[in-house]
Amino acid sequence: MEEMLYSSAHEMIFGFAKKPVTVANGLTFGKGKVVPEVNFTLPPMDLAHENVPEIRERFKDIAHRIMERCVELQQEEVVIEFEHLFDMTERPDFGAQLTKDLKEVIEKYRQSHGTKAALRVTVADIRDRTRPPRMRSGKEIETMLRSFELCADAGADILSIESTGGKEISDNALMIGDVEGLLFALGVLGPRDMDFLWREIVSIARRYDVVPGGDTACGFANTAMQLAHQGLLPKVLAAVVRLMSAPRSLAAVEVGAVGPLKDCGYENPVIKAITGVPISMEGKTSACAHSSPLGNIAAAVCDLWSNESVQDVKLLSGNTPEVFTEMLIYDCRLMNTAIEEGRAEILRDLMVDSDRFLDPQALILDPKVMYEAARVIVNAGEDKFKQAVAVSRYAHGVVKEAEATNKIRLRGVEAKWLEKIGKILEHLPEEEEEFYASVKARYEGHFIPEEYGLN
Amino acid sequence: MGTLEKLRDALIEGKVEEVKHYTQQALDENTPAKTILDQGLIAGMDVVGVRFKEGEYFLPEVLLCAKAMHAGLDLLKPLLVGESGQSAGTVVLGTVKGDLHDIGKRIVKAMLEGAGYEVIDIGVDVDAEKFVESVRKHKPLVLGMSALLTTTMRYMKTVIDALQNEGIRDKVKIIVGGAPVNEEFAKSVGADGYAPNASEAVDLVKRLTAA
Ligand code: B1M
Repeated sequence: MEEMLYSSAHEMIFGFAKKPVTVANGLTFGKGKVVPEVNFTLPPMDLAHENVPEIRERFKDIAHRIMERCVELQQEEVVIEFEHLFDMTERPDFGAQLTKDLKEVIEKYRQSHGTKAALRVTVADIRDRTRPPRMRSGKEIETMLRSFELCADAGADILSIESTGGKEISDNALMIGDVEGLLFALGVLGPRDMDFLWREIVSIARRYDVVPGGDTACGFANTAMQLAHQGLLPKVLAAVVRLMSAPRSLAAVEVGAVGPLKDCGYENPVIKAITGVPISMEGKTSACAHSSPLGNIAAAVCDLWSNESVQDVKLLSGNTPEVFTEMLIYDCRLMNTAIEEGRAEILRDLMVDSDRFLDPQALILDPKVMYEAARVIVNAGEDKFKQAVAVSRYAHGVVKEAEATNKIRLRGVEAKWLEKIGKILEHLPEEEEEFYASVKARYEGHFIPEEYGLN
Repeated sequence: MGTLEKLRDALIEGKVEEVKHYTQQALDENTPAKTILDQGLIAGMDVVGVRFKEGEYFLPEVLLCAKAMHAGLDLLKPLLVGESGQSAGTVVLGTVKGDLHDIGKRIVKAMLEGAGYEVIDIGVDVDAEKFVESVRKHKPLVLGMSALLTTTMRYMKTVIDALQNEGIRDKVKIIVGGAPVNEEFAKSVGADGYAPNASEAVDLVKRLTAA
């Protein structure tokens, strides 16, 4: 990517993307409206073969309840995300059957009420099962691609994945706070895997005429966020990792993904700034799945607004999927009314201001920071390692400056970590080749170079 | 400052080479190995534990200190007689079938190792047979299962039933953990305990193995 599609941070706003995306039924993302994206998951139950009929019934029932709530609240557009659990990818027919079931319900509501709903199917990355994982050879990748194909055929409108290339290094790197390991995972291994995997996904999507949505650095940056939430890792590191992950997630778009990008990729605004693709985001409405310090700010430049995932359990007012549908609908109504009344910028700025100085991770999510991060990535050229280093240094600088100007207060230990991260980033080799040579021995045995096209 | 205080402080700072150095120095000064262990290494780790609980240390610091402790311990082991030279016991850990979430379990492993346990990590997506086989093979004091998905947590019961059927349920204490799991669930599947996080998992294992 040589240039950016947005010419200023101010230009970025919820509901509008420079490159809107339309799915088969005409539902468009990024063209002046924020659309709710509802994700649900099963309550405690197992996925054994004998439970398949019960699971299918439950899925249909959940979809009915979501669609019904949309009708009641006059919500004419919605996305339902079906995030596979391991077995649903591992047994491609099973995942495809559920896709078909959900699509039938959606179609029924289109006919009876004219509700436009799209189905996003997120296949699970089952390559993560073995250590070190086989990313390109072996039956896991074949099964995953088969799963994508069958789901596309069965009615998916958008294909996504939370891919895990490099996670075999980053899991340990996160535990020991190894910044170089994180860079190796996110700046060297991750982008290579994304390039490989997304070419395959895009080709399947084209064959079936569905939308290749996008990926998320969930397994890296959200793991870091959760570790920080549990007091296991400094928040400043989680903030740096967030931006470090952006070049990796951008790689999907570089080989043909068009958005809407996946909800739990909090790095998405950077990618929107560069490429103009519509993005799904999640914040306060995903507190059902995990805590975050990004409740409002995450919505600032979203095109879809999501709840990440909620297990289907009964509450006083109904079951959780429809309850969260309702919350998402009201959030979207507010944003869409602001757009209609020409007051969107005010609402965006309020959402940003409400969280910006809550936490270093929120600071990073400020659209101005995200926009500048995008520029840093573009200026770094095509090389993913250089992009990852440059944007990590930028993230570090942003937090440091906010601390120095008393906009954000860091505990003593956090401040020490910020210093430490800064020093490591400062003294890195500038070239990937040199970097790889310097870390290869350290991670030997933990990853298979050939599986990433490396020697 | 005496050698043992220097050793303790070096450990608290996670200085691996210094810990080795002061352990050796204390030995050269004829300090009994057990005293070095208690007043140097364990005293240091106690402070590390407190700092972690109080938010002064994050996981990377704790792991570094644990590494330093093991470096010192390696020098002491041949000289420690009886119980004190051995590990606190063996724990087998795995994430249950259908679940690939790994990092929580790995953190539990690291913290248990820091507390002196020998931990055998049998991986993710582990089926009942493998759990049974590992209990047979390693004869652990404790078996720990992790699950992050609502659709895999119930498999913990399948594993416990399998151990029961094989007649070895009573030979091992069983603990469970992971985001969707709680105390009530642990009881309902017949586990001996539940821990919400890694440091409480260490306390739980200590309690269960002391009983
Ligand atoms: C033995 O004794 C013990 C004692 C204590 C024990 C213990 C054992 N085990 C854990 N503990 C405890 O101590 C640890 C340290 O204090 C703690 O461990 P935790 O693991 O809880 O904490 C970690 C240190 C940090 N926490 C985490 O890393 C998990 C955070 C969340 C956001 C999460 C992440 C990051 C990931 N995920 Co996953 N993921 C989520 C998570 C949301 C959540 N609320 O947990 C959850 C659990 N995931 C979910 C899903 C759906 C999935 N994930 C998947 C994949 C991934 C990533 C690879 C992207 C990534 C990996 C994380 C990793 N490195 O292992 C897929 C699963 C594949 C599979 N079969 O496992 C996939 C299916 C998504 C997909 N389609 O690809 C959801 C579960 C829904 C459900 N049905 O239950 C989810 C709630 C998020 C969501 N979408 O809502 C304690 O729980």
